[in-house]
Amino acid sequence: MSTDRSFAGIARADESASTPLLPVSLEDVCFGVNGTDLLHDVSLSIGPGNRTVIMGPNGAGKSLLLRLLQGLIHPTRGRLAWRRNWTSGHSAQGGTPGGATGAMPSGAPPVSIVLQRPVLLRRSVAANLTHALRVLRVPRADRADRLEELLTLGNLQDRREQPARSLSGGEQQRLATVRALAASPEMLLLDEPTASLDPQATHAIEDLIQRSHDRGTKIVMVTHDMGQAKRVADEVVFMSKGRIAEFTPAESFFSRPQSEEARAYLSGQLII
Amino acid sequence: MNRTFTRRFVLAAAFAGAAAVSLGQAVAADMPFITVQSTTSTLNSGLYDYLLPIFKKEKGIEVRVVAVGTGQAIKNARNGDGDVLLVHAKSAEEKFVADGFGVKRSDLMYNDFVIVGPADDPAGVAGMSDVKAAMKKIAGSEAPFASRGDDSGTHKKERSLWKAAGVEPSGGWYRETGSGMGATLNTGIGMGAYVMTDRATWIKFGNKGDYQIAVEGDAAMFNQYGIIAVNPEKHPHVKVKESQVFIDWMLSPAGQKAIGAYMVDGKQLFFPNADKAGS
Amino acid sequence: MQELQSAFWEAGRLLLTFDSDLTEIVFLSLRVTLSAVFIGCLIGFPFGAFLAVARFPGRTVIVVIVNAFMGLPPVVAGLFLYLLLSRSGPLGPLALLYTPTAMIIAQAVLVTPIVTAMTRQVVEDLYQEYDEQFRSMGLFGARAVPSLLWDARYSLITGALAGFGRAAAEVGAVLIVGGNINHVTRVMTTTIALETSRGNLSLALGLGLVLISLSLLINAAVMSLRGSAKRLAYV
Repeated sequence: MSTDRSFAGIARADESASTPLLPVSLEDVCFGVNGTDLLHDVSLSIGPGNRTVIMGPNGAGKSLLLRLLQGLIHPTRGRLAWRRNWTSGHSAQGGTPGGATGAMPSGAPPVSIVLQRPVLLRRSVAANLTHALRVLRVPRADRADRLEELLTLGNLQDRREQPARSLSGGEQQRLATVRALAASPEMLLLDEPTASLDPQATHAIEDLIQRSHDRGTKIVMVTHDMGQAKRVADEVVFMSKGRIAEFTPAESFFSRPQSEEARAYLSGQLII
Repeated sequence: MNRTFTRRFVLAAAFAGAAAVSLGQAVAADMPFITVQSTTSTLNSGLYDYLLPIFKKEKGIEVRVVAVGTGQAIKNARNGDGDVLLVHAKSAEEKFVADGFGVKRSDLMYNDFVIVGPADDPAGVAGMSDVKAAMKKIAGSEAPFASRGDDSGTHKKERSLWKAAGVEPSGGWYRETGSGMGATLNTGIGMGAYVMTDRATWIKFGNKGDYQIAVEGDAAMFNQYGIIAVNPEKHPHVKVKESQVFIDWMLSPAGQKAIGAYMVDGKQLFFPNADKAGS
Repeated sequence: MQELQSAFWEAGRLLLTFDSDLTEIVFLSLRVTLSAVFIGCLIGFPFGAFLAVARFPGRTVIVVIVNAFMGLPPVVAGLFLYLLLSRSGPLGPLALLYTPTAMIIAQAVLVTPIVTAMTRQVVEDLYQEYDEQFRSMGLFGARAVPSLLWDARYSLITGALAGFGRAAAEVGAVLIVGGNINHVTRVMTTTIALETSRGNLSLALGLGLVLISLSLLINAAVMSLRGSAKRLAYV
């Protein structure tokens, strides 16, 4: 496995961000599409440090929550209050920009996301990373070094000239993950990143997550994998039917779930 | 990635190169040239391929011929898209000058029209030299006849002959192709129809099938060519000097001799008849 | 039947003897068509990509118009350009009529809608695929166009080839604005038309075979390019 040294070498793209990004407060956030609400009165405060895992049955709104945090969608009611204002800059799907207001987009979004299925460009592995470095406005002088660091971090040095889409599933997700880390985001969101990967590939991704966490990146991950949740989580957000059912430290969640839905979920019962 | 990128680069470079060369070409026009608006039948006779190199060698002027239908040639010249007009439709030419678009019309040369027909000669007109009588016979027997129907000099001539024969051609046997001489011949031969064509085009035509000249020799089938300089007063950009050199040469003994010297299959196609007094 | 046979003979004879007239005509044809395709791509790629990613009132109308212009009859395009370039027309002083440049412009007019429409389709599909990922990186709208175009590069070649096919095959436009002047604006298709009107059908058909062979050659070359790309999962 790659050494810690390579990871330590990744400098922040924008060290001048003096004010920390977190905590972020979701205040009575609702999100709906075509008049139907999918998230109801979500109030939550996500702070720095802890690895946050979001769990819940299908349709609970977990992915929506992640997308709200990334700015891919905006709340239809309520707002997200970040400690430091930032904006994704674009008019996202649904809702009005209820997130940070007034701030001009500067540099890369400090929040990046790894989707369930990696979306890679029709280029080589290295070209995918170079593209990300460029788009995320990493200073030109740093790009070459950063590329090497990312390749080493993802253990993809041997694959650098290979077409990214010809890689195995696990390798593609590794690539997507290090790409998300390209500009040293303050928060890394992951949407069931290892859902379709074998144990070895899963381990590799979790390893990356651990290193990011050690480096100070806030981790928020959605997973169905109980074992993964237990390995990764410091705190758990349990959602059900568009609402937050529970938000507790991981240990107490797994041993003494408070909500009815959580208990049913953990015991494997189907919740409609 | 390198190999494919290189190939793409080469492709792109090829495109760019082609573009550059073409643009460059547009700029480089070394020899002076004039543009002559003429007809497809004149071009198809091969006269220009024979005549123009002679002129170019003698006078050092390139002649670019745009060959279209008579109507289009006259229209183009009216628009100023040519320096000289060379067609065979006398009344239209005279109108062209009368409307102020041409300087002066001069007789240049003539050839004649013939009627060609299939070997089995359904109308029984083969060998006739009275075109009016022949056309009456064709109309009477309703043998198919393919007309250009495009208002060209040839077409106008054809219509005047029908009129002189006292026939109003109409009905399924009279087919107007709306096309040039070559296309009309192709079509006509394809349907076994009689066609009126100028002799030059016919002699040079490569798709005769079993067709032969059925009717010829009538003075009424005389086809007069005229040459006109486009009027610089209407179109100041016209190349007056070079155009006049060309016209003068065509009307001069040297040019007229060259016209008469053009042969196809040992036959003279055009008969120079410029007015020697300098019409 | 006999015509077809002699056509093959003619084609062979023309090619093998490197008939100088033929060479001149082929070079001019390639020059005109390739330049037109180049211009068509220069305009069509970014314009098509823009139409794919941008959302503005009237966008659908423009897309419909572009698609309709794919079927613009070449002779109409030629006629329209003639009226523009004629000495009596607005662009008369440019003296472009009856030059290869006019022919390039005419063919570019025919090629651009095709390239635009196909680019739009390809880029739109790609954009849908990449949209979420791009937006999460702060890349959206017109800014995404260069990334999309490069990623679509092998599919865009198909659009360029379609444009090439259209331009190489047309005769109406170049005939009117070029005038089919010997040694100046005579290309393959206008020569075929001319020889047909002269009744030299075998020669015309032979030239047609030469033209088709050329087109085959170019398409084969580009396909081999795409073939290797497919294997490399770049498509």
